[in-house]
Amino acid sequence: MGDAALAKSLLLALPLAFLAARALPARVPWIARALLGAAAGWAVAFVVALVVPPGQMAYLVSFAIVGSIYAVLALGLNVQWGYTGLFNIGIAAFFAIGAFTSALVTTSMPTGAAAAFSQQAFGLGAPFLAGVVAAGVAAGVLALLVGGPTLRLREDYLAIATIGIAELVRLVFQNERWLANGPQPLRGIPQPLACLVRDPGCGWLPPPLAALFDPLAPRDYPYVYLAIATLFVIVVYLVLERAIRSPWGRVLRAVREDEAAAAMAGKDVARVRLQAFVVGAVIMGLGGALYAHYMIAIDYTHFDALYATFLVWVMLMLGGSGNNRGAILGAFALWGVWTGAAFLVDLARPVLAAISSDLPARGPYLRLLFIALLMLFILLYRPKGLIGEERFVSRDSQGRDG
Amino acid sequence: MARVLARRAGGPRPSARLRRAIGSRTALVALLALVLVGLWWLAGAQGVTGQRLLSLAVRGVMLGGILALGAIGLTLIFGVLRIPNFAHGDLMTWGAYLALFGLTLLPAGQPLAPFSFGAELLLLLVLVMPLVGLTGYLLDRLVFRRLRARRAPSVILAMAALGGAFLLRSVIYLGWGADFRNFYTGRPRPAVELFAGIRVRPDQLFILGLALLLIFLLYLLLERSKMGKAMRATADNADLARISGIDTEGVIRWTWLIGGGLAGAGGVMFALDTQLRPEMGWWLMLPLFSSVILGTIGNAYGALVGALIIGVVWQTSTAFLNPAYGPGVAFAVLILVLLFRPQGIFGRPGGA
Amino acid sequence: MALLTVEGLTTGYGEMEVLRSLTLRVEPGRIVSIIGPNGAGKSTAMKAVFGLLKPWQGSIRFGEREIGGLSPDRIVRLGMCYVPQTDNVFPSLTVEENLEMGAFVLSGSTKERKERVFDLFPRLAERRRQRAGKMSGGERQMVAMGRALMLDPKLLLLDEPSAGLAPLLVDLIFEKVRDINASGVAVLMVEQNARKSLELADHAYVLVGGSNAIDGAGHDLLGDPEVGRLYLGG
Repeated sequence: MGDAALAKSLLLALPLAFLAARALPARVPWIARALLGAAAGWAVAFVVALVVPPGQMAYLVSFAIVGSIYAVLALGLNVQWGYTGLFNIGIAAFFAIGAFTSALVTTSMPTGAAAAFSQQAFGLGAPFLAGVVAAGVAAGVLALLVGGPTLRLREDYLAIATIGIAELVRLVFQNERWLANGPQPLRGIPQPLACLVRDPGCGWLPPPLAALFDPLAPRDYPYVYLAIATLFVIVVYLVLERAIRSPWGRVLRAVREDEAAAAMAGKDVARVRLQAFVVGAVIMGLGGALYAHYMIAIDYTHFDALYATFLVWVMLMLGGSGNNRGAILGAFALWGVWTGAAFLVDLARPVLAAISSDLPARGPYLRLLFIALLMLFILLYRPKGLIGEERFVSRDSQGRDG
Repeated sequence: MARVLARRAGGPRPSARLRRAIGSRTALVALLALVLVGLWWLAGAQGVTGQRLLSLAVRGVMLGGILALGAIGLTLIFGVLRIPNFAHGDLMTWGAYLALFGLTLLPAGQPLAPFSFGAELLLLLVLVMPLVGLTGYLLDRLVFRRLRARRAPSVILAMAALGGAFLLRSVIYLGWGADFRNFYTGRPRPAVELFAGIRVRPDQLFILGLALLLIFLLYLLLERSKMGKAMRATADNADLARISGIDTEGVIRWTWLIGGGLAGAGGVMFALDTQLRPEMGWWLMLPLFSSVILGTIGNAYGALVGALIIGVVWQTSTAFLNPAYGPGVAFAVLILVLLFRPQGIFGRPGGA
Repeated sequence: MALLTVEGLTTGYGEMEVLRSLTLRVEPGRIVSIIGPNGAGKSTAMKAVFGLLKPWQGSIRFGEREIGGLSPDRIVRLGMCYVPQTDNVFPSLTVEENLEMGAFVLSGSTKERKERVFDLFPRLAERRRQRAGKMSGGERQMVAMGRALMLDPKLLLLDEPSAGLAPLLVDLIFEKVRDINASGVAVLMVEQNARKSLELADHAYVLVGGSNAIDGAGHDLLGDPEVGRLYLGG
């Protein structure tokens, strides 16, 4: 038991260590922050892994994985909306194309009996990272195709075009059997680093390290995936924080604040907007890859406007657009509300049954009602979200004149 | 924006003239005609008979009639209130389910032969239209009006409309579940021959007739009544409307009542022609917006023309394409319009 | 008693102050002109008087009534109408419909009023069924003025009525302003064309940096060497 807790805590330590290191004041040298953070994070992870009962732990881990995937999507949307003011309501398109691309790149063509009822255009059997890269590229190319003709037009045209592309992508994956098994799920998407929890273990890992993970059973795989998912969030977050403070990030905000002034300052506004749109879409594509390898089997129904677009929007608005930490916070907070509401709806079953016999079965839709109301509430009464937009120092405004 | 860049690039005159020619109304109409001819040719190449194509075109006109009911309201709300109303499709769905609710309350009457529906559906139609209009107006009072007071940009209004769409849909889900429904189950709906072997269901003729009647009434309202003229004036120039002393609150109220009412009628008609599903309005949104932009935002007659074109192209494409792609075909037309003439058929240059 | 009295009016856009302690008066039945260099706040003064900008300080009285902070649609009902410099017609409406929109607040027939406007602008009568968007700049200006006259205002605000028009049309428009005034309507106008507007005006204000620097009878200002040097290129 203790050995398993140790292995699990190693996997859980990453996000906690990152949070701890971030929490330390900036004047502490970064080496010290990293070490202290790692120590604190790991200590907390170890206690958590030891104390929390396995059933609840499994629930928490899967919650955190989905939360991380949504966090990646919200970060992508933040580049588009939060920093550049681009209204994309077709997140589902980039999410789906990322997921299916990664799935096609990493799975192998079905053979034997499976080939009779499962079709796909190709299956390269490539490693996970190749799938991730391909997902990002595919989403980026799609964004170029959509953004090219629409970004120079009225801003609401982009919204309509993104709705369109999301519907089109969904229709294609629903109807084209040859592409990714049509309406049936595309199965057998490989789990990265699954060898950590399997018996022969990962051959490439030094034996002492491999021995550390030995106590893990296959059902413990989500711990591994949580480490991967949180690593994704951290990397995307750090890269974006860097980018947003770079000259490029300043141009983005200049374009959002005052398009005409930015154009006058010699910025090719259309080009900058397209760049931001593509970068955001690439991140959404990465989120799609992350989703596919977690679900193992995906189909078009996973990418409907509610789950893949609407929730992400409410997440970003809840956390605070124009703020990467807000995007992450919003993703986890809203996912918490969404899953928590499921419990509430369960509890309310007797009440619902008393109103109408049909209602308990439809209870889950109460969550949709609640989220829609929440979105309108945020728009009307708290447009800044929980944290609000990050303020940048005046250096930025000087940079604009250049 | 595009004009600013074009000026900065300082393109040579001939290329500017070429661009103007490509973006002209004639060019767009020719392009659309070309698309249609291309579709016919493709279908012909796959052995689809002329008769089939003709019935698809007739069917397309009927579908266009339904789409027009939605698109006209959408374009009015877009033009007068500057709201890209992403809840419009769901207002149509809402109308259909309200009618379904009414049918469960009313005693089922005899069908009015040769149609599949009884007089009660006509009564419900008259009741549902103002109800859907009021729903839209309520949404305006509770949400859009406050955002307008804050001078929120149009994307924020679009986002609020999206929230409204999901709000409506969640109510529909809660009330009726996610299953397919029909106004009348088990009633035969045979097709009759119209002419030259073209077969349509009587219901579809009724739908087209009703759409044309409603659009004619709207025409009278917009051209003859003071409020209708004020609506057009506000769509033209909202600031000038305000300083001319036009009652903008009244214009807003009537725009929602009319736009929502037409959407409600469109939803009932679409459901009568196919079936009821909570997502049907969401799927209709692409064809609706395509019609609106094709016919120029704010132009009610343009929306009608746009809807007819979209309806015919959509139906014709089913001759050789999976019918599920209908909204996708509408989207393809939209992309063509955005590429060549984003202000639509009836737009003024630089209008987009 | 003055028809319009503006006293100590200070206002602007957002944080930016444009008008500082502006004071002006329009007597009934007179033509008053505001001239001044670009950016002096001439158009802003018109907008503030018409309720398109909220005054920060000072008072605006129309007759005896304080109208500072009143919305334009209320001010219209009191008998003051405004013709903006640009976008001053409804392009997809016909000439006749444009005029009808000017009388929206009235119930009942507007036929008589339309005929009066058509008498003033015979050229519009010929084109009453044409869409305003398809007309020339001068015709559009007439439609805009006609629309504003539909309510029989006591005071008409004109924001640069001659802007962008050919010289011949400028003369025509000024002539029409004189005709309108002759029918008893007081006119407050802002003009780039300082010489012409001073010739026309009973009284004129020279606006510099958001305040009124000089004022006097139109002809006096025409002869004033300083005004001449600054604004008349003389």
